Amino acid sequence: MPRPASGSGLPGWVFVPAAAGALFVVLPLVAMATRVDWSQFVTLVTSDSSRAALGLSLRTSLATTVLCVVLGVPMAMVLARTSFRGQGVLRSLVLLPLVLPPVVGGIALLYTFGRHGLLGHSLDVLGVQIAFSTTAVVMAQTFVALPFLVLSLEGSLRTAGSRYEQVASTLGARPTTVLRRVTLPLVLPGLVSGAVLSFARALGEFGATLTFAGSLEGVTRTLPLEIYLQRESDADAAVALSLVLVIVAVVVIGLARVRRGGLA
Amino acid sequence: MRKRLAAIAAVALIASLAACGGSDDPSDDASAGSPDETTLTVYAAASLKSTFTELGKDFEADHDGVKVTFNFAGSSDLVSQLQSGAPADVFASADQNNMDKAIADKLVEGAPVFFASNTLQIVVPAGNPAGVRNLGDLADPEVKTVVCAPEVPCGAAAVKVEDASGVDIQAVSEEQSVTDVLNKVVTGEADAGLVYVTDVLAAGDKVEGIYFPESDGVVNSYPIAPLADSKEADLAAQFVELVLGDVGQKVLTDARFARP
Repeated sequence: MPRPASGSGLPGWVFVPAAAGALFVVLPLVAMATRVDWSQFVTLVTSDSSRAALGLSLRTSLATTVLCVVLGVPMAMVLARTSFRGQGVLRSLVLLPLVLPPVVGGIALLYTFGRHGLLGHSLDVLGVQIAFSTTAVVMAQTFVALPFLVLSLEGSLRTAGSRYEQVASTLGARPTTVLRRVTLPLVLPGLVSGAVLSFARALGEFGATLTFAGSLEGVTRTLPLEIYLQRESDADAAVALSLVLVIVAVVVIGLARVRRGGLA
Repeated sequence: MRKRLAAIAAVALIASLAACGGSDDPSDDASAGSPDETTLTVYAAASLKSTFTELGKDFEADHDGVKVTFNFAGSSDLVSQLQSGAPADVFASADQNNMDKAIADKLVEGAPVFFASNTLQIVVPAGNPAGVRNLGDLADPEVKTVVCAPEVPCGAAAVKVEDASGVDIQAVSEEQSVTDVLNKVVTGEADAGLVYVTDVLAAGDKVEGIYFPESDGVVNSYPIAPLADSKEADLAAQFVELVLGDVGQKVLTDARFARP
């Protein structure tokens, strides 16, 4: 009979594949860190093109996160608190970018907002040109990151239930007041973790950006695009920038954990 | 429920991050085929895809029991795969720079030989909506022009053209590869791009090519060489001969490659 590991109540063998899985994720990151040319590291990551790419990545990811919250919170609420015909299908469609290759998202955006796209001509008439602009980067990132916020927040809303909201409304609170004073504070941890996931996903976005927005230093060339380009000519710079991206991602996720720990 | 959703989200995040970028590892291809069949693996620049595929079929027809498999990718990608020990028999690069990297790492058998050359052309969407006529028009910020980034061979050639002609191209995007430039032009997002003559021909009716005299001075030569680690040294040498010989040169010039 499998002997439970002390304290956890888990059978001991569970730890073997768990450790293998953890190693599988951590080892490549360690391997990459060993290939960094540390004597050149600072020079490589502080070059003009690197700083431009990192700055653009942080700015666009932040804008994407704001956009995801503005659009995603109402979406999650509608999905969690209402029921209507075709809701299941709608949910699947909204979550589709999770499983879609990003380059497909880029092509889809191109044929929607591009010059000759579905809405492209109308936008052109209004004097709005999206292709090759930073706006296009934010749109590509939002397309792939939005489901993370919706999924995470919808889960929180369903877990929290609607009892407190019902009590609040029987006590005479208006729907907007209930939303602001009861619902949102209840699901704040879920909202924060959803926002962090969106930010992280936006930070790593590559395929949709390359296809839809192009690649120009300071305008559309985010850090992942810069890394991919540097690979062509300077492998050391690519590795150094990859490490920077890993560090930023770890810091973001770490900050989110601290936030959630503080709230719990 | 929430934990499960969070777990799904986390897994999806990792999966999608992993799915970003990176080219397929072609090394598996080498193991394909029946045991009594010999496989010749050729690493060739992406711009050689149609010509070398045709030459590979010719080679198979002349050599019983030999299968030619190709890995077509950017030359610098190919070199880094070879440097990491990918098994291959022949390397055909789109520029000298990447062949030099292979030589420096002693990956190449003997001295590489130039077998073709390529020049740049202006590519515009069919109908030329922005009315581009010459290289100077690409300096107009109203003309949305896309070029390759200077880090890749086609971008390096574009920089040379700019330097030689004194035209300052106002690019709205510096793409990773010729394919990315072409795609932006084919979809009509860009008014013009700079790619190789052979790429314009391969893209068909959706684009038009515009010759510009300044391109004559910037010729990109393609070197080919058998690889030192090849287990089929004779076949590798014969494939190189095919490319350099009459048959190979005819296929290449039909695709608008110039003689080296």
